Amino acid sequence: MTTTTLTINGATVTADVEPRLSLADFIRDHQGLTGTHTACEHGVCGACTLLLNGRPVRSCITLAVAADGMEIRTTEGYDGDEVMAVIRACFKKGHAVQCGYCTPGMLATAYDIVNRLPDADRQRIKHELSGNLCRCTGYLGIVDAIEMAIAEVHG
Amino acid sequence: MKPAPFDYARASSLDEAISLLAGADGEARPLAGGQSMGPMLNFRLARPALLVDISRIEELTAISETPDGITVGAAVTHAAFEDGDVADVANGLIRHAASGIAYRAVRNRGTIGGSLAHADPAADWPPVMMALDAVIEVRGAGGKREVAASDLATDVMTTVIEPGEVLAAIRIPRLSSGATWGHYKVCIKPGDFADSLAVVVRDRDNGRCRAVIAGPTSPPIYLDGVATLVESADGWSDALQAEIKEAAGVDIRAASFCDGTDRYANNLHRTAIVRAAKEALSS
Repeated sequence: MTTTTLTINGATVTADVEPRLSLADFIRDHQGLTGTHTACEHGVCGACTLLLNGRPVRSCITLAVAADGMEIRTTEGYDGDEVMAVIRACFKKGHAVQCGYCTPGMLATAYDIVNRLPDADRQRIKHELSGNLCRCTGYLGIVDAIEMAIAEVHG
Repeated sequence: MKPAPFDYARASSLDEAISLLAGADGEARPLAGGQSMGPMLNFRLARPALLVDISRIEELTAISETPDGITVGAAVTHAAFEDGDVADVANGLIRHAASGIAYRAVRNRGTIGGSLAHADPAADWPPVMMALDAVIEVRGAGGKREVAASDLATDVMTTVIEPGEVLAAIRIPRLSSGATWGHYKVCIKPGDFADSLAVVVRDRDNGRCRAVIAGPTSPPIYLDGVATLVESADGWSDALQAEIKEAAGVDIRAASFCDGTDRYANNLHRTAIVRAAKEALSS
């Protein structure tokens, strides 16, 4: 067991964890924050994407112990965030949610795109989304939503 | 939890990392961003007894630039290259290549040293570092040694790095200001590993021209015949295209780079190098 201290959605959490525990499993199984989803568990599908020190990362291939001292933001941690409020409204408007399984990862990636790439056009949005799979294949709605969100936030 | 159990230690210096690695009878592995190690652990393809976290060692995240080039610590992330936090001494090639590695969420954690040490033959950095004549600095209990990027991988996912050693830094020589490059990656979706990846660097002022081909079945190789043609060419023509394709085929066969009976793979590699050469000669 390794003592690990993390900040999750603003709250400091200290826990003894097995080194082999992924950040995703720590967040879901130990912290009860099940908004972070796991699917492929080898870094391909993007469902588990969350923010680590403000940057999107794969929580399924990041060890909880390796994130010691870092700040984590999961899909539960955006209360009062104006940019995320816009993105969520646009996801609703653009019918960007079908089964919802990929949505937490899509939102984390969308948040990064909207903040980091204010000039992103449709093609760039699609390129940036290539690391998040939607098995409902609802990509058009998701691209529409992010395009709308960029226009609303930066327009 | 998917991985088999292991111990974890975070090293605060390179010397500490080397002594931790050396004390584990060859059963320890360094861990930086974990973007290759993570999947390997989850599939249980890797079952180390100990992971030594080297991601926060200052020496390994240092970047130093000189008139001759740049030395980059092994734990510098792909995103740092993509964002221009690392000066691009190759007229944009390094930044371009970095932005095509996997996805932003992977590039935020994955490191150049980890990619080179993992030595996946279809990865993005190895052929680029070969095309730039980069030198890899390996540190161990016995001190420091330098390995040409082209000598690092001895086979698929196998390198000259010994247990107890750490890939510490990458030294990339600076291209002259008039140098051009071409980079052509064939993959089934953006960010995927390459089915074929061709890199051509044309730096006539420094007398340096390189053509490199990478793919999924064996480590990248130089295509010297292609480099010679690119060096002496003064523009693009159909005749040159045919010559490059022919020369690439000769070098690929001579090196047994891919299965000689696999016509699709052979054509893919030859097409990729033609497109990279054309880009280098058209920019």
